[in-house]
Amino acid sequence: MTARDPDQSNDARLTGHDAGSQPAPRPVKSVGGGKDDGTLIEDPGKRAPLILGDRSFGDVTDIVCGYAEAPIPKPWLALFTITSSIAAVGTGMILYLIITGVGVWGLNNQVDWAWDITNFVFWIGIGHAGTLISAILCLLKQNWRTAVNRSAEAMTIFAVVCAGIFPGIHVGRVWFAWMLFPIPNSNGIWPNFRSPLLWDVFAVSTYATVSLLFWYMGMIPDLATLRDRAQLRRARGLSRPFAIPMPIGTDIVVPFLPRPDTIRSFAYGIASLGWRFSSRHWHRYEKAYLILAGISTPLVLSVHSIVSFDFATSILPGWHTTIFPPYFVAGAVFGGFAMVLLLLIPIRAVLPNFSDLLTLRHLENMAKIILVTGTMVGFAYSMEFFIAWYGANQFEFEAFANNRVNPNVAPYWWAYWTMITCNVLSPQVFWIRRLRQNPLVIWLVALAVTVGMWFERFVIIVTSLHRAFIPGEWHMFFPTWVDILTFVGSCGIFATLFLLFLKFLPVFALAEVKVVMPQSHTSDDH
Amino acid sequence: MSGINTLISGASDYFPMFVRKPAPRFVSESGNRIYGIVAEFSETPVVFKAAQQVRDAGYSKWDVHSPFPVHDMEEAMGIKTTKLPLIAAGAAISGVAFAAFLQWVTSDMLYPMVVQGKPFGAWEPFMPIMFELGVLFTAFACLFGMLALNGLPRFHHPLFAHERFYRVSNDRFVIAIEAEDPNFDPAKTRALLEQAGGSHITIIEEED
Repeated sequence: MTARDPDQSNDARLTGHDAGSQPAPRPVKSVGGGKDDGTLIEDPGKRAPLILGDRSFGDVTDIVCGYAEAPIPKPWLALFTITSSIAAVGTGMILYLIITGVGVWGLNNQVDWAWDITNFVFWIGIGHAGTLISAILCLLKQNWRTAVNRSAEAMTIFAVVCAGIFPGIHVGRVWFAWMLFPIPNSNGIWPNFRSPLLWDVFAVSTYATVSLLFWYMGMIPDLATLRDRAQLRRARGLSRPFAIPMPIGTDIVVPFLPRPDTIRSFAYGIASLGWRFSSRHWHRYEKAYLILAGISTPLVLSVHSIVSFDFATSILPGWHTTIFPPYFVAGAVFGGFAMVLLLLIPIRAVLPNFSDLLTLRHLENMAKIILVTGTMVGFAYSMEFFIAWYGANQFEFEAFANNRVNPNVAPYWWAYWTMITCNVLSPQVFWIRRLRQNPLVIWLVALAVTVGMWFERFVIIVTSLHRAFIPGEWHMFFPTWVDILTFVGSCGIFATLFLLFLKFLPVFALAEVKVVMPQSHTSDDH
Repeated sequence: MSGINTLISGASDYFPMFVRKPAPRFVSESGNRIYGIVAEFSETPVVFKAAQQVRDAGYSKWDVHSPFPVHDMEEAMGIKTTKLPLIAAGAAISGVAFAAFLQWVTSDMLYPMVVQGKPFGAWEPFMPIMFELGVLFTAFACLFGMLALNGLPRFHHPLFAHERFYRVSNDRFVIAIEAEDPNFDPAKTRALLEQAGGSHITIIEEED
């Protein structure tokens, strides 16, 4: 901080334009010394507050923009170094796969889909929570969504980025991946539109595009807020000089480089498209948001349904099941919410003031969704098994009993039982009120669910494939180090993108949070 | 029609050399064209009532700038419902039609493939992609239609020259009445905004 005119610093403090400034933390952290922060009311006549600490509009702006404007924190830099290194390892594995061939993976002639498609379905499933929160909860007028929708949408896009990698690279000769799309070519060859794999190409690319548009459109006003604050600091001479962040010690100031606020006002300025918060614009904006929510709702449901068609339209025992579309959609919502909680609970604990916007009630609501969808998934597991027995198809029944469930004969029994423990049993702790209100318990369950959902896809794909109709075809699958490091690398890519989002973009939907604050009402009578 | 006019005026922002501006109705002391007059508000109920008063005074070229979409503001301002749903519906129909055309022409005519002995032109397997492309086209139409009707992106605006206007993105509300409005009169409009509870009432000049 350079020396500053006393008038200027007073001005900065009063108007809240000091870069990275945070309002004073909420004085009372909890009610009555307990864990309750005042939002866990069970009285139907009372509405739990969505924002704590009597925050004004200006406070909310400062909380959210403060983190995007502060100098890069050292823990962030350390985490970013780690995750981007992991991402680089993953990228290296992809490069190694492309220059060598799919033989570096553990898959074989019998188990020809293994970790690649498991990872694809895992990531695309995680990507369902964001659009579910923004679209379905928007249509249902669930106001608590405003606390999580921005970060969940960001997470969705990053998960779809990770998901998109795997089908692209698993085709073997990656330079022919363009043949997935109906592009006119000199051979006159067109893709097979009767194949669910092609539907999947369209569903996933549509989902990625629509999620991105949705996320960006929601962010336009908040980017304009960041633009305006940077612009005001420039006008008042409050800008910091450019400083290269150092892992230890003070940052190195580089006076001849453009100031961060100059870069911000250009970058956020271009991205916010000259938004000027006009009510005539807001009117069309809200209409566009509503239509997008309306079309995204069936889209979310369709994407994982179509992913499940990849399996369900085959005749393989264990895949050929009509329950797959609803079962996959419930599982996707389940896994997606688990990932939202997995990311947001630590952030909420680490960053002060975030717990004013993301209250215990928000966490409890999401824990309830985990419980509901987890039980739906458990019902689907038991129904699948029941129909395999009731349908009297010997191959179908043995695919379940002998390939998955029975530890004495099924080689992958541990995967099946990990899945059941993590996905069906662990969320049941949320029946107990005290446990679903404890962030640590929620986080541990979310972690278990994330692991369990990965195993669910592994169980569906590998255990069905590894023993088909004739015993001569039976073959085990073991992952190679390339398989493992590619998956770990995709987690690194995901975490790196999320860290960038956390540092440089508005993590809460500012305009939408302001709408649910009591000061936004147009008359005093409600 | 209002949509088309917005599109034309939006285009004129980018190509001012092709547009002849009418002579300014009001000129400031320094000789600049006056864009309009702005008043600042800090409470939602106050700005809501002020918007109703400005609407009832018969103004048409004016706007309320607020940090978030104020509930029922379009009624308080007398804004007509947007045509955006029609654009979206048109896009949805073209998306579905395009997908049907693409799949039918390629699967039935250009490259018929025998798959499980099913008819080449059967419509059932074409449904998922028809749905997906319908959604895709609608989403594009929503975002870009909304931006086009709003005349965005537009990176310059006379209001951006007013420093207090930047607080709109934080916690303030601004009512801006344009000098192009037939009812505009510097003294009367200022009096109206003062009476409605506005503060920091300022005349905004355009810099040509």
